[in-house]
Amino acid sequence: MSALPGTTRRRRPHSALPWLATPALVLFVGFAVVPLVGVFALSFTTWDGIGTIRATGLTSWRKVLTDPGLTHALWVTFLVMAVSWAVQTPLSILLGTFLAGRQRYRAVLGVVYFIPLMLSSAAIALAYKALLDPNFGLGAGLDIQALSRDWLGRPGLAFGVVIFVVSWQFIPFHSLIYQGGVQQIPKSLYEAAQLDGAGRVRQFFSITLPQLKYTIITSSTLMVVGSLTFFDLIFILTEGGPGDATRVLALDMYKRGFQASLMGPASVIAVILVLVGLGLALLLRRLGGRNAGASQLEGA
Amino acid sequence: MTTTLTKTRRPQKVTHDEGPRRSRPATRRRNWLGGLAGWLWLAVVAVPLYWTLITSFKARSRYYASNPLVPSTDPTLENYRLVIESDFLQYFLNSVVVTVGAVVPAVVVSFMAAYAIVRGWRMRVLLAMNGLFLMGLAIPLQATIIPVYLIIIKLHLYDSLPALILPSIAFAIPLSVLVLANFIRDVPKELFDSMRVDGANEWTTLWRLAAPLTRPAILTVSIFNALTIWNGFLLPLVLTQSPDRRTLPLALWTFQGQYGVNVPAVLAAVVLTTLPVLVLYAFGRRQLLSGLTAGFSR
Repeated sequence: MSALPGTTRRRRPHSALPWLATPALVLFVGFAVVPLVGVFALSFTTWDGIGTIRATGLTSWRKVLTDPGLTHALWVTFLVMAVSWAVQTPLSILLGTFLAGRQRYRAVLGVVYFIPLMLSSAAIALAYKALLDPNFGLGAGLDIQALSRDWLGRPGLAFGVVIFVVSWQFIPFHSLIYQGGVQQIPKSLYEAAQLDGAGRVRQFFSITLPQLKYTIITSSTLMVVGSLTFFDLIFILTEGGPGDATRVLALDMYKRGFQASLMGPASVIAVILVLVGLGLALLLRRLGGRNAGASQLEGA
Repeated sequence: MTTTLTKTRRPQKVTHDEGPRRSRPATRRRNWLGGLAGWLWLAVVAVPLYWTLITSFKARSRYYASNPLVPSTDPTLENYRLVIESDFLQYFLNSVVVTVGAVVPAVVVSFMAAYAIVRGWRMRVLLAMNGLFLMGLAIPLQATIIPVYLIIIKLHLYDSLPALILPSIAFAIPLSVLVLANFIRDVPKELFDSMRVDGANEWTTLWRLAAPLTRPAILTVSIFNALTIWNGFLLPLVLTQSPDRRTLPLALWTFQGQYGVNVPAVLAAVVLTTLPVLVLYAFGRRQLLSGLTAGFSR
């Protein structure tokens, strides 16, 4: 939003322009902004999803904030976020750098790599659910003891599976971002490093990685904020279970709202979700000084 | 289909190739770590896909006794018949209606808004709108689902396809506006000026000049939105109820609920629902992939 340089104001000829933006504005406000405000409002009510909505002040907030289930859901959400970030980031950088090479075979591998991006979370979750089945899955079929465990039936294992499947689904996307980032690094930097006798590993750590700074921030922001909204995958894979081992915030909200018919408390969770997401996005932006959104803004 | 098969078979063969190559003294410096990660990841991606594909052609009776990584010697389409007989054509049609019904209006209104924002960047109203759309990028659909559900009920649209279309449009708008505006900005100013000299109004300029010149971006944005909406699960889960309103991802889930123990049938359903996207991927891979990162890597 920066530049308004010495503008010659010619409003007249443009006066039809706001009308062009109106349809998008109406749809966006009606089905995204109003619901966002609405969820704040609903968090101060009691509603079973069918009957009348009654304003009940802070009842829902009190209920949720004193519920140990919330702390647990926050903790699981944080764990999923942190662990999936720590798993995905190094692998995505590695694969992105690998794919940025000009070798033909890498492009061919890329064709396979990106297939998971096309699949719905529902399809991925169902395929993995079948694959990991302790009796009928891949491990049982191959008769390998180590693989035929009750993957989704034990808390620790189920959490690991969620991380693995999330990584399987999203590493391709982040590799794609890193591939683009690496390809934008000027060749001359590497040439200079080679003249100085720097090896591959050295080049990676002193050129590639620092040059990828903004890409890392963009990718991490998308990963971290995106991890708040994992719903489809976990819902189908584990339904938050076993017990509540994988019950992340988004799932907690759905279960309270649409399964237990407690829309008030569910809205409280949704508000928390929004606030956490916003906080994280701002924090990451601080860390990097700028991010994709900011740079887009500057271009406006 | 056959191409995926041959490609997915590669990992075992290729990981063995790794041996001799590794021991060969490097004439040029090689990226060992990257290379190793590359081939390993190929296996990680390909094995589940390969297993899903070959198992979907196995007869249920033979499935449990067979080696899970060897294709059936006697492939059957029985599983696919079961899936299609379970109304998947209807679900497919629903998905098509929702996707087309949301993507076309979403892209059209986003394009109009992006054009206005770029051309009218001096106007406060439009600057404010731009800011609003940018903030919209941060609104997660999940967090708004309860009020969306309420609004849909109030509009008497619950359990209908428009119930899925309207929120899908709204959540497609922010990123579409952002990407399209970036591309419209690249259109040379002189072209707009010459249109004005010729007496064209904004509406004409929009469709006659801006739209043709940014066609690749429009295609990219459409593909991205189509993929997101096609694969959407939460909206149909919350906003529909009747079996004949199901879209494919939801239908998959309920199908698994019914036929859970029939693994080959469930996997046939998985393959069948992803087939349209994979066909698209085979033909327009570059467009699809650039569409996925358009908002972030420019």
